[in-house]
Amino acid sequence: MPEQQKTIEIEVLRYNPETDQVPYAQVFAVPFTDDMSVLQGVQYIKDYLDGSLSFRWSCRMAICGSCGMMINGEPSLSCQTFLRDYYPERVRVEALAHFPIERDLVINMEGFIEKLESIQPYIIPKEARTLAQGEYLQTPAQLNAYEQFSSCINCLLCYAACPQFGLNKDFVGPAALTLLHRYNMDSRDGGQAERMQLVNAEEGVFNCTAVGYCSEVCPKHVDPANAVNLNKTNSAMDYFLRFLAPKGGTK
Amino acid sequence: MKRPLKRSNAPIFWALFGAGGMLSALLGPMLVFITGIAVPLGLLLPADTMSYPKMLAFAQNLIGKGFIFAIIALFLWHAAHRIFHSLHDIGIHAGRGARLLCYGLAMLGTVLAAYALLATGF
Amino acid sequence: MSKRRPYVRPMDGWWRKNPYFVEYMIHEGTALFVAAYAAVLLFGLLRLAQGEAAWNGWLLALKSPWSIGFHLLALAAIGYHAYTWFKIMPRTMPPLVVGGKRLPAWAITGGGLAAAGAASLLLFVLVWGLAR
Repeated sequence: MPEQQKTIEIEVLRYNPETDQVPYAQVFAVPFTDDMSVLQGVQYIKDYLDGSLSFRWSCRMAICGSCGMMINGEPSLSCQTFLRDYYPERVRVEALAHFPIERDLVINMEGFIEKLESIQPYIIPKEARTLAQGEYLQTPAQLNAYEQFSSCINCLLCYAACPQFGLNKDFVGPAALTLLHRYNMDSRDGGQAERMQLVNAEEGVFNCTAVGYCSEVCPKHVDPANAVNLNKTNSAMDYFLRFLAPKGGTK
Repeated sequence: MKRPLKRSNAPIFWALFGAGGMLSALLGPMLVFITGIAVPLGLLLPADTMSYPKMLAFAQNLIGKGFIFAIIALFLWHAAHRIFHSLHDIGIHAGRGARLLCYGLAMLGTVLAAYALLATGF
Repeated sequence: MSKRRPYVRPMDGWWRKNPYFVEYMIHEGTALFVAAYAAVLLFGLLRLAQGEAAWNGWLLALKSPWSIGFHLLALAAIGYHAYTWFKIMPRTMPPLVVGGKRLPAWAITGGGLAAAGAASLLLFVLVWGLAR
């Protein structure tokens, strides 16, 4: 005999660029079971209540990074946030903060993609090697230096958690700066001097005021706040030491 | 991303902010307690702890001078940098005006402290 | 023609929308007390440079209930600043590896607070020793 069906209210911030001047809240009553994620709740709405609801999702297991939303005001992956934790209260769902809303829960991430490109997120080899010379070797300690910062899934929760990005869209922001740090810390990489120009720039690390919320919401425990703040020290060194060593790579 | 990139001058202010923040975190509460509560109320410390001859001697000593200058100047620069960012946080544009006001006052305080420490003699 | 019209949400009052940001604004706000306390000290220093009578006037002003009240508030605020300063430190400093293991956040925060306690005690003992 199944338990009595429970129903939770999901309030969704809706926005249709063709018909709406501003976003508005719409409440749906969604029957749910204890194993249902917020993503599944939103999928229920699309399948049975309103087919026009738009949102991004893919893997349902917190690795693709597509289903980030503000859930009761907190940046969260909707696939690993569960309706049972909000019941019997209403749960509020909104597109990730600080990004333009394209439609409903879908954000515009073009700005982020540009930033991702700008940090040169690939190894720029220190020394060119031929195939015959074999692979680039790395010790466990050298791997350790960057491994944590390489776990980012580009879900953008950290940007939705960062008021400094909200206030200044030019700020390169947590995830991109963290990935930048990941490559700078790689023993095989020689692109640090080039990337430091971005770290040092007005768009760079000094927009950060160490709020720390980015690291709280990161589903992969990448600790972007740490990467950004370590680079404040790196940037300050670069700033003051260039007077001693004027041949440094940065201008 | 706009190119070319312009180097930020923030490291100067950030370094002063960090130094002042660390100093005020390590010694701030005890200093407030000593100068603002214990000595005025005559608690724990001798009644003449901050008497004129003692404080003058402290301010005439080189180490004393350095300590007083570091405390006043770095506390001011720490606070100025934080307040500058807080103005930005509450929507007041972090432009030249805010910069001039925050860092200008810290600079003024620093100059005044240096002047007073020179005036007390050696 | 494109039907796209991305909507940009305003940032007004963002710090009220999340308890994490409320706390952030409070610990940033401690800077007002750091500035005010530095101003009190600076004023005292300027009075010291002006001579004994001026200095004694400043000492007397410190005894007023307003001043005691301010310093109690400043003690709370700067104490909170110290706590939050060390609380964020695991995120702002390079990872510390001891015996092949990364030092956990609580150990860094605890170490910072212990250092503050030791420095404060040392300062008190020095002042007590100088005044005696």
